[in-house]
Amino acid sequence: MSKLKLATVWLDGCSGCHMSFLDMDERLIALAELVDVVYSPIVDTKVFPDEVDIALVEGAVASVDDEKKIKKIRAHSKLLVAMGDCAVAGNVPSMRNPIGPEAILDRAYIENADVQRQIPCVVVPKLLRVVRPIHEFVKVDVFLPGCPPSADTFHAALTALVTGEPLDVPALTRFGA
Amino acid sequence: MSTSVDVKTLLIDGQEVSARSGQTILEVAKENDIYIPTLCHLDGLSDVGACRLCVVEIKGNNKLFPACVTSVFEGMEVTTVTERLQKHRLTILEMLFAERNHICSVCVANGHCELQTLGQEQGLTHVRLPYRNPELPVDASHERFTLDHNRCIMCTRCVRVCAEIEGAHVWDVMGRGIDSMIISDLHEEWGKSSCTRCGKCVQVCPTGALFDKSKIGSDHPKYPDFLPNLNLMREAQ
Ligand code: SF4
Ligand code: SF4
Ligand code: SF4
Ligand code: FES
Repeated sequence: MSKLKLATVWLDGCSGCHMSFLDMDERLIALAELVDVVYSPIVDTKVFPDEVDIALVEGAVASVDDEKKIKKIRAHSKLLVAMGDCAVAGNVPSMRNPIGPEAILDRAYIENADVQRQIPCVVVPKLLRVVRPIHEFVKVDVFLPGCPPSADTFHAALTALVTGEPLDVPALTRFGA
Repeated sequence: MSTSVDVKTLLIDGQEVSARSGQTILEVAKENDIYIPTLCHLDGLSDVGACRLCVVEIKGNNKLFPACVTSVFEGMEVTTVTERLQKHRLTILEMLFAERNHICSVCVANGHCELQTLGQEQGLTHVRLPYRNPELPVDASHERFTLDHNRCIMCTRCVRVCAEIEGAHVWDVMGRGIDSMIISDLHEEWGKSSCTRCGKCVQVCPTGALFDKSKIGSDHPKYPDFLPNLNLMREAQ
């Protein structure tokens, strides 16, 4: 059996989900027998591959860039997994939603800045008005809540997804876990 | 005690059970160790049927009935678990999550929240409805406690415990529908209200909406089970 192609993506999240993924420790070695990591913040590939079997997406959709990325990821992935509360529910990045992006930018770059008071507008992507979970943009196949989902959750879920065994997510994790 | 007890016989999930006239389906189910999910109900308080999580089916009627406010009758056939009921319960939970701002990872009730636990128990892994993201206030004017409207699910347990058990009636509901809010006294700051600082509302609040200022992070379990005991002691007096 050829190895499955696994991608992991980091949108508007804190990287905690990726850290927890790495916390699988020696179990990663066994996992590497079953999957090839073809795209991830922890490998060097710059462009999302054309064909991915499983894509794990951390983070909410908060900018025009995130929105473009998630659509591309969906188009090129057989199975899309929303990894962690930000991807699943918006979570901490969505805490700005009631007050809007201007208020946040203002606080960070004007109010709290000592020098160079200005809101960045080149190179950095424009923020969306409302931060949303990824399933509000594209179809998501598997939801793994948790902030972050534990290494054990990752291990159980990935094992099930790779082997095709049934996966009972609520038995493993919940919002805020 | 000369009046004879009026006994009803009914079926809950195919199990024959007997009940006293006037008991609710929920009471009888509990006595017989049949689990029905609840949220606004709390043993020791009156019932208002606010959350609808406890809905059950009754044979011969196409409507759904909230078990906490529906009285039993002779020959009643109740079903507590069906696909239709599960669908409704899940939708109710999703609406509660989408209605205000629930960010479990940074909530004082994380790990001790009845909404969160029910979500997991009912198989909720994500919310299909769009989040509303309303802008809501936090009342931190009280010296010991805080009310965070972002986490309130309008179960009115706080209203009932304060009026029925503490006798202070600090809390009430203002507004209608999705705009309703819990208010203290005549919409004053909690810190300036007639609150006796007993803390009962904090203990019965199922979520992180009412919390003790001295608690942080996941260090805030609540102990609503003081209520039936307190009621028993009062009855004995
Ligand atoms: S009140 Fe409960 S469901 Fe809401 S954010 Fe807090 S822990 Fe989560
Ligand atoms: S703490 Fe105050 S508001 Fe809460 S139940 Fe007691 S008297 Fe009522
Ligand atoms: S403050 Fe707590 S107890 Fe009161 S209505 Fe809101 S959720 Fe229920
Ligand atoms: S528990 Fe019956 S309606 Fe809330």
